[in-house]
Amino acid sequence: MIPALAADGLLAAGILALALGCVATRRAFASAALFIAYGLLLALAWARLDAPDVALTEASIGAGLSGVLLLGGVRRLEGLAEPSPDAETGPLLTILIGIGCAALTVAIGAAVLLLPDPTPSLAPQVAANLATTDLGNPVTAVLMSFRALDTLLESAVVLLAVVCVWALTPEGGWGGVAGLRQPVVRDGPLALLARVLPPLGIVIAIHILWVGADAPGGKFQAAAVLAAMWLMPWMAGLAPAPRIDARWLRLVLAAGPALFILIGLGGALAEGAFLAYPPGWAKPLILAIEIVLTASIAVALALLVMGPPEPPR
Amino acid sequence: MTGTIFGLVGAALIGIGLFGMLVRRDALLRILSFNLLGGGVFLVFGAVARRGAGAGFGGDPVPQAIILTGIVVAFAATTLAVALVLRLAAAKDRA
Amino acid sequence: MSLLADGVTILCVLAGLVFFAAGTVGLLRFPDTASRLHALTKADHLGLGLVVLGLLPQMDSLAGILRLLAFWALVLLASAATGPMIARLLRRQGGIT
Repeated sequence: MIPALAADGLLAAGILALALGCVATRRAFASAALFIAYGLLLALAWARLDAPDVALTEASIGAGLSGVLLLGGVRRLEGLAEPSPDAETGPLLTILIGIGCAALTVAIGAAVLLLPDPTPSLAPQVAANLATTDLGNPVTAVLMSFRALDTLLESAVVLLAVVCVWALTPEGGWGGVAGLRQPVVRDGPLALLARVLPPLGIVIAIHILWVGADAPGGKFQAAAVLAAMWLMPWMAGLAPAPRIDARWLRLVLAAGPALFILIGLGGALAEGAFLAYPPGWAKPLILAIEIVLTASIAVALALLVMGPPEPPR
Repeated sequence: MTGTIFGLVGAALIGIGLFGMLVRRDALLRILSFNLLGGGVFLVFGAVARRGAGAGFGGDPVPQAIILTGIVVAFAATTLAVALVLRLAAAKDRA
Repeated sequence: MSLLADGVTILCVLAGLVFFAAGTVGLLRFPDTASRLHALTKADHLGLGLVVLGLLPQMDSLAGILRLLAFWALVLLASAATGPMIARLLRRQGGIT
């Protein structure tokens, strides 16, 4: 009891210290680096909270891909003009905002402490209905069957984000190669990683996807690893970014949500409710959706990190 | 106990993230603070999920699935925010 | 048998923690980036290796043992690659004499 408490306390202290450091530093680069460390500690916190799927997602997307994105953004902003300085918040306003945020923290903390004691929980219902999906992992069952509409909308949101990022293409760049052109790095440690890691990463991602049916894992974590395996050779200049008007790219991006919607409509026709699975067909349909959706989301995540195309100079 | 500790950490993160978003002027730092705010909200959810443990699971799977969805959506929003900031800076640079 | 396994685990993990602590002290106290890199990569590699070695007796299946070794290999690969990357960047910026 006491060692566990001490470990949790240290983890909590670490997370808070890193978060404070993130907010308080002067340089954006230091902030981004601290954010990545914070994300990794947060993944450990999720593991302590008995949420391994969330821990995997936080480590891969929350710390990994977000960190890459923010570091890239910091770097590119350094190369651009001096940011026009908005007026620094005056000391009185800062103190007032601080008091307000502290009050909010105390209020939410009180809510956490005053949670009702026979905690209302949906775990029994999930356990009772788990057999209909033939899945062993309850979180996957919730994501793909009980709250499948949320997952469908989530994949639609990711697709929408890709479209919005593309919409930020500067004049004359539409249809071009996504992201900044990366200088080719033929040898050295980056090239080594870019050559050695992708095969391993692809196998690991497929494993995470497959195992997600019965053990912690699933398609979002697998998609994040796959996206990272594309981004690494791209960053080394060894793999080209796709042109955003490429037909295959748009087909892959749309295939996941489209299949999900089609199966949902099929469920509406067969069972009378959108995204209802016919009995006995649940697991094959879920697997089909997961496989195609992983590919779509992996490509979408990679494109989100690469960014909009730049116009040719 | 674990749930409560991390729930309180989540509440603190909400405060820290909100403070950073309102006080810092640099756009990327604000995006970072927004992510901290999101992380705090997810931790509060996680505390609720942990307390809802039962029926053989370590935690209530429904809030966990929602947190997972939230992390992915927050990432998508962050990428859009970063792309907007870069575009704005490039436009000012050219002007 | 279990006592021996637990004893090995405790010893190795403690030794690994000592090396991690040493690496962190080096990170905080060394004067320039190159020596800090040195402290980080060397001490952390050894620390991780000892921690993994200590956890091996606790695994109850071959798959678990292989997985731990795979973690070790991947972390080794990643940090063995990032150390030189940071050093190259440093040399380009003129920080290494």
